[in-house]
Amino acid sequence: MLDTFVGLYNYWIVIVLMMIGFYILIGHDNLVKKLIGLNIFQTAVFLFYISVSKVRGGTAPILTEGDPTYGHPLPHVLILTAIVVGVATTSLALALVVRIYEAYGSVEEDDILELDRDRDSGA
Amino acid sequence: MIQHLLSQLPALQVVLPLVAAPLCVLLRRGNAAWTVYAATTAATFAIAVVLAMRVAADGPVSYHMGGWAPPAGIEYRIDALNAFVLMIVGGIAAALAPYARRSVAAEINGERVYLFYCLLLLCLSGLLGIVATGDAFNLFVFLEISSLSSYALIAMGAKRRALLAAFQYLVMGTIGGTFLLIGVGFLYQMTGTLNMLDLAARLPAVEDTNTVRAGLAFIVVGISLKLALVPLHLWLPNAYAYAPSAVSVFLAATGTKVAAYALIRFLFTVFGAGYAFGTLPLGEILILLAVAAMLYGSVAAIYAADAKRLLAWSSIAQIGYIVLGASLATAAGLTAGILHLLNHAVIKGALFMALGALFWRVRGSRIDDLAGLGRLMPWTCAALVAGGLGLVGVPATAGFISKWYLLEAVLAEGRGWLAAAILASSLLSIVYIGRLIEALYFRTPAAHIEAGEAPVGMLAATWLLVAASIGLGLYATPAADYARAAAAGLLGGGP
Repeated sequence: MLDTFVGLYNYWIVIVLMMIGFYILIGHDNLVKKLIGLNIFQTAVFLFYISVSKVRGGTAPILTEGDPTYGHPLPHVLILTAIVVGVATTSLALALVVRIYEAYGSVEEDDILELDRDRDSGA
Repeated sequence: MIQHLLSQLPALQVVLPLVAAPLCVLLRRGNAAWTVYAATTAATFAIAVVLAMRVAADGPVSYHMGGWAPPAGIEYRIDALNAFVLMIVGGIAAALAPYARRSVAAEINGERVYLFYCLLLLCLSGLLGIVATGDAFNLFVFLEISSLSSYALIAMGAKRRALLAAFQYLVMGTIGGTFLLIGVGFLYQMTGTLNMLDLAARLPAVEDTNTVRAGLAFIVVGISLKLALVPLHLWLPNAYAYAPSAVSVFLAATGTKVAAYALIRFLFTVFGAGYAFGTLPLGEILILLAVAAMLYGSVAAIYAADAKRLLAWSSIAQIGYIVLGASLATAAGLTAGILHLLNHAVIKGALFMALGALFWRVRGSRIDDLAGLGRLMPWTCAALVAGGLGLVGVPATAGFISKWYLLEAVLAEGRGWLAAAILASSLLSIVYIGRLIEALYFRTPAAHIEAGEAPVGMLAATWLLVAASIGLGLYATPAADYARAAAAGLLGGGP
């Protein structure tokens, strides 16, 4: 029982972070807050990959004298790529939010939908 | 020299548009960027055809990226299914070139046209990469390349609603991509490999674990988001409706098809049909969702007030056919699904092109805007009708062939209610295509619109796809044979 919670603590952290991010994404109307949620959600997955690569008693994956035990470097590299993708997504999304704010004068999803609805009924 | 170049084709296929995209930015001129786009897409289509011929002659082609041998290195593996989908994507992209020139000039701010072609090339590169790669993580990276560029392309739509549509697609698309990443991570954790064939070899030993089951679930949900399978379709109608016409054509004809390919690839090659459909009840779930998509998409299309949105809802229904075929997990079902991949790409491409040509003249895509255009733009409207008949599945069109195959596959399984659902969805499609025809031919046009066709390039590209749809309907054997070979390859018999 204790093992499930303490021994696998990295997975619990990942799951909690992921759900926090997902909840912000779904629960908030503010587009910027949605993005923050999306980022937390993605970061949780990055943490998952990184923690999986850890080898108990292992060092950083650098070639040295002798034959040391080292952590698996491949997930680090994969996640570097995924972080770049995440940065690109965030910057594109923020650019969209700026344009949305210019066009509607609001970043609240409800207000924006309301503005479009008014226009439909007016036209 | 030639031989050396030929051996590099699987990589060139993806690298060419990737390199051409920044070239468009360097040129900074709309016309020059268009020339780059046209030349690149012609080349990628030619490469896809050559690759398909090689695969048909010598069996699957394996390319080791950077000379690193798989499973450590990234492998590009082209078999019958990849080659088929590469040809669809390459062909649509090439057919879009003559169309895009005038359509884009009319809908995109002149200073941004070169950026538009840059994004289109990036999106193409991502889609081709998804199809060509044999590495699960590489697939995720290409998925994000194509998604990011398509968000930006949708945001270039003229109405301000395009911005919110792009944002919503971005949020849902990123969730889908991240789910895929989680799933691939689970598989990697259990097997220590990312190469698809290597995964397939190592998964059976660990398949009876919750990690692998969760990995399958995450991957299926993630890809279904990109595929817009009901109930994960919410982003699609707005994205297609508010995107520029050329983007609607491109995404509707290729984007969801590539996602369907990815789903088929993961389920059949990586996990294996026996595990996904035998050990786990995935088939039943997907069949239910596919039927829901077929019926719900068609009904929603009937109530759409905007013609582009109508076609978008119809896409959701058509995706149901593809998923239904694949999730029967029989050779006949897969053949029908793969065949519908091609036929729907051609038909929906033609329909969105014809609609874009009407939009070019009347600057609107609401069904009321299209009133009476049948007399003013006879050729364009005839193309729309011909494409619509293909969607319904009238004999001598491509849609009839794939629906026929699908019906046969369903009846061979003895599932009459699925056949009834297919027929019901087809009947509903008569209603929504009928709405378009009624508006085009049986209403009086608005007074201020002058008679006259769309520019010749747009019309030629539209009719090229319509002709392809009719051609595929009349001479169905080559495409059907190819799809059958691809299905056999997926199920482990034949090449």
